[in-house]
Order: sequence, then structure tokens, then C-alpha cells
Amino acid sequence: MLPRAIEPFVNFVSLLRAHGFAVAPDQTNGFIEAIGLLGPRHMADINRAALAMLSIPKERTAEFDALFRAFFMGQTVAAPAVSGDEDEEVEAFEPGDGETDVPEGEEIEESGAEATIAESLSQRRFAERDESAVLREFARHAPSRLPRRLSYRRMSARHGDTLHMRKALREAVQRDGEVFTLPELRRKTRQRRVLLLIDVSGSMKDQTDATLRFAHTLAQSTDRFEAFTLGTRLTRITPALAPKNSDEALDRTSRLVADFDGGTRIGDALQAFLAVPRFAGFARGSAVIVLSDGLERGEPNALIDAVWRLSRMAWRVDWLSPLAQGADYVPQTEALSALRPYLNSLSDGSDTQAICHHVLNLARAA
Amino acid sequence: MAVRPSIAGINSPDGLRSALVGAQYLADEGLSTAAYLALALGKPLLLEGAPGVGKTEAAKAIGAVLGRNIIRLQCFEGIDAAAALYEWNYTRQMLAIRQAGNEYVNIYGDEFLLARPMLEALRSPESTVLLIDEIDRSDHEFEAFLLEFLSDFQISIPETGTVRAAQPPVVVLTSNRTRDLHEALRRRCVYHWIDYPDAALEAEIVMTRASSVVRATAEAVVAAVTRLRAEPLAKPPGVAETVEWAEAATLLHTQGNPWPQAFRKAIGVALKDHDDLTFMQPKLEAVLPSEAA
Repeated sequence: MLPRAIEPFVNFVSLLRAHGFAVAPDQTNGFIEAIGLLGPRHMADINRAALAMLSIPKERTAEFDALFRAFFMGQTVAAPAVSGDEDEEVEAFEPGDGETDVPEGEEIEESGAEATIAESLSQRRFAERDESAVLREFARHAPSRLPRRLSYRRMSARHGDTLHMRKALREAVQRDGEVFTLPELRRKTRQRRVLLLIDVSGSMKDQTDATLRFAHTLAQSTDRFEAFTLGTRLTRITPALAPKNSDEALDRTSRLVADFDGGTRIGDALQAFLAVPRFAGFARGSAVIVLSDGLERGEPNALIDAVWRLSRMAWRVDWLSPLAQGADYVPQTEALSALRPYLNSLSDGSDTQAICHHVLNLARAA
Repeated sequence: MAVRPSIAGINSPDGLRSALVGAQYLADEGLSTAAYLALALGKPLLLEGAPGVGKTEAAKAIGAVLGRNIIRLQCFEGIDAAAALYEWNYTRQMLAIRQAGNEYVNIYGDEFLLARPMLEALRSPESTVLLIDEIDRSDHEFEAFLLEFLSDFQISIPETGTVRAAQPPVVVLTSNRTRDLHEALRRRCVYHWIDYPDAALEAEIVMTRASSVVRATAEAVVAAVTRLRAEPLAKPPGVAETVEWAEAATLLHTQGNPWPQAFRKAIGVALKDHDDLTFMQPKLEAVLPSEAA
């Protein structure tokens, strides 16, 4: 039986675990020891001890505070609506500054004729069967064909650029101080980070489902990967794509992203992306793939400037548009034609097959 | 877990806080609590925060307060045991073998061992503070290696044996959060997120660090920097930039520049990125302090 003094703290940790915080048993020990060391003189001590010892992720501090107040002080404050892992929604650049929401367009952008329900259903079933086969094929080939870069670690090799001193010495010791061979070191390679920026506005809505499934497959087959959705806001969906089961991942994503099928403000969303230094760091040296048709409301200047800055930081920027089918495609919008010089390629992104084909050949195109 | 509630005469977070003030570092309650807990429980202290917020300075101040040397290990991508732990002096060993000829020579003696920061910290844990800087710049392999080190505070050199620390050394890790650290590493540490200080505290820091700056200037500069940090900059100014900007503007002012000019001429001390400067160009008038005392 637990001593009555520490029972509430152990129960608090169980409450945290019930809400998805991963707290190990030795952290509970540390928490209780810390409380003992601090007195505790008031509630703030317990709060700080918990923050220091229980490794609360920074994104979930608000949720933790709400649980703390509810448990220890009986206050039921309306906790911020979170479900599972919180994403990084970029609205404000300074904490506590209120939201600077990118204003929505007046009506939802819709282009093209609508198919009848029967037609679209049959088409979709056909597409689905094909699509999962394509994605499986992609997952098989991706690890070996995605672009790679040199790492800073070295490994033993027969032909390399530096001498492997440790191995040379060990062999020399065995041979009475004589050096017979010169073992060498070579730099390893590792996969480049892939950054996926997905347009989820109304004009792209037919492809959103397929694109997200592709994003999930890509997330599972690479180790360095980040994905964001662009619409009226910027949402980081990388944590949502973590589960192996694609339906669960899509479920989590749809809960995170609030601006599906809304207006399009890619330029502002990209500027928001670049404004957060941590996100901008994801783009450095990585292969950036933008999946969008480039049709947007708002000033084209924001978009052009954002893509220019992105192109300077990234290794490659590829724009895949569903309108760019055929080799003779000429961009219609002013923004996209102004962007063209900053992109490494403007290619076909109309279906999963085309996207997979392009991504697998990124390394060759470079 | 060894618990030492009192270390170097400090036995409470407030005690640590006042000692840090003596070392010219103004910590808030959260940081002093976390640092005190780390020292008392013998666990490493993990400090995360935006660049320029004072993480490395905090570690140095803790070392000064405890009267110990700081051993700094700067992490980079690809750092491995040879750079962090120890390396054999291969050329010296080969020469020793050649010179010895037919006689016996022990090439694994102490004179052939190059001790790197982590081994140095293990050998004298009572007189050093190990600062592992920018751990987020290293890769997963190094994190796994660090986990091993931080759990037992002992390493085994295959040729000579195990080196154990007599008492758990004081270890401070800093991270800029450019990537997420492994859960196991975070669990082993006492964690604290350092935020930008509030206006009053930052003005105090400016006046503590830059003796030539008066209070009115410090407050004006802090207000301006707070406005700058609200903008979407690639490199928002940190606390060090605030101090230097105040100092630079004061210096220019004493040389004859009126206040608005002094601040504008010294803007390169606060904003160190060309894109940021061009972005702020049209808005500079609104952000700069108009006058200070």
C-alpha cells in the first residue's frame, strides 16, 4: 500500500498516462523525490517538478496544465481541443499573441464539371485497386532509389579518402610494428530528407485522399521525412502519418487538418512555413515536393517570394501539378509562370502513378 | 539514485538563484528549480529553447557557481566516440613500437591516450561540469552512445579496462530543438524549456551585462526587440543580441549620434540576416525606439 502522502502524485501520473503521456516508472520516482527536495511549499513547486521530471513534450504543455489544474485544484477548465498528438498550427509567430488567421476566400474554388455519382464511384473503385498496387510497388523501391547525400560518418572500405589509423595500428601491432596494408575510410551516405507540401484546397479535393495515402507510404519508407498541408492554414501532419496502418493515419490526419476543401492561400501558408525557424530548417538540404495546381486567391508575390526562398535553401524543389499533364504544358496562371525559373521541375501530379514515378526518379534527375 | 540535497553550499532553488545572480546570470524560478533538482538528484540537465536565449550561458554560470571547470563538448553531425570519449595517439604508438625494437613496450599506457571531453569529465567528476552543447546537431548513433554514458557514468576502454566516475558528474545538455530528441534521452534528464525573458527581466539582464547602459536605454531596447521578435524573421534576435545592441547604441550615442540614428546604425548587431534586414526596412521606423533618456 502506498503511503498516503504520495498517493495523489502516483494517481496524477496514472491520469497523465491515461491521456497519452508516456511516463516511465522511474520518472515517477524522480518526480516524488523532487517534490520531497523542494518542500513542497506551494502548488507551483509541484507543477515545476512535474514539468522537469516527467518529460512533457513542449507541444502538450497546455494540455498538461489543464490536467494539473483539474486534478490538484478541482478546476475543470475547458482544455484545448486536442486529439492524440498535437500538430504545429502556424498562426502566430509569438506565443500568446493571439491568432493571425490567414483570411479565407469568399467562395470555395471549384473547377471542372462534376461527374455523376455512379460514374465517380465506379471510377474510384477502379482507381483504388490500382492505387494500392502502385503504392506497394513504391514502398518496395523507395529505400534504394530516394536521393542520398554524403554523411559525416566514415566506414571501413578498400578504397577511400582517408587512412584508417586505428585498423592500421592494430594490424601493425600483430605484425611486430610493420605496416603491410593501408586500410582506408570512406564516407557513408544517408538518405536526404524529403519534405512534402500538400495543397488540400477545394480545387485539389479529388486527389486529397490519394495524395494522403501516398504521403503515408512515403512516411513509412523513409527515415527523414516531413509533411505539411497548405490551404488557408499550414498544418504539420508528420506525427499523424506515423502509424503503420494507413486508415488510422488518414483518420488522425483528417482530425488534425481543419481546412480541407477550403480556399487556397498557398503563398501565405508557405510564408508562414518559412517564418518558423524550426520548419524552415526542415527544408535545408532536402528534396522539397509541392503537390498543388497553383490556382490561388491572393497576391502572387507572396507565393513567388516564398518559393524563391525555399529554392535557395533546399536541394531541389519539384512542383507536381495535376494540370501539368503532357510535355507541352504551359502554366496558365501568372504566379506559376513567374515561379517556373525557381523550380527544378514542374511535372505531372495528376495521379499516384505519376507522382510515384517522379519521386523514384528524383535522384536520377539531379 | 544518489541524492545530494546540498551542493557547494546551495540547498534550495532560491539559493541557487541568488548564487547565479552573483555569477551575472539572471534565472527565473523555473530554471533555478530544474537546475537545483538536477544537481540534487545527480541527473543531467537538459535545456531546450530558441537560439540565443541563454542556454550555454546558464551552463557556464552553473559551473561558476559550483566553482568547477567547464568541459565543453560541441556536438556536430557525425560526432563519434573518437571525438567525444578518447582516442589513441596512433603515431606515437607506432613510433614507440619502432623504437623499442625487440624490447617490450606497453603501447596502451596513459601517455598514449588522448582524453576527450567525456573521459576528462569521468576522471575528475568533482571538479568539472560537462557541457554537451547543441545535442540536436548530432545524429541518432551518437544519442544512443550518450544514453549509455548517461545511465552508468562509466566507460570501458577495451585495452585498459573500465573507467568509472566516483560520483555522478554534473552534466548539462543544450538543444536548439531543430529536431526532436529521443524519448529515452529526455527521460534520463531533468528538462527545462528556456523561453525569452519578460521585458523587466531582460532589461535587468542588459544592465547587468553591459555596465555602460542606463535603465531608460535598456527598457527602450527591450521594447524594440520584443516588437522585432513578433515579426516573422529567419533569425529572431536573442538575449545576447539585445545586450549588444544596447551597448552599441550607447557607444554610438556617446560619440555624438542622436538617439534614433544610434539605434538605426547599430541595427546590424540585432538583425544578422540580410533577408531580415530587407524585410524590416519599411517597418523599421515603427519598431525602433524613438528616444531613450
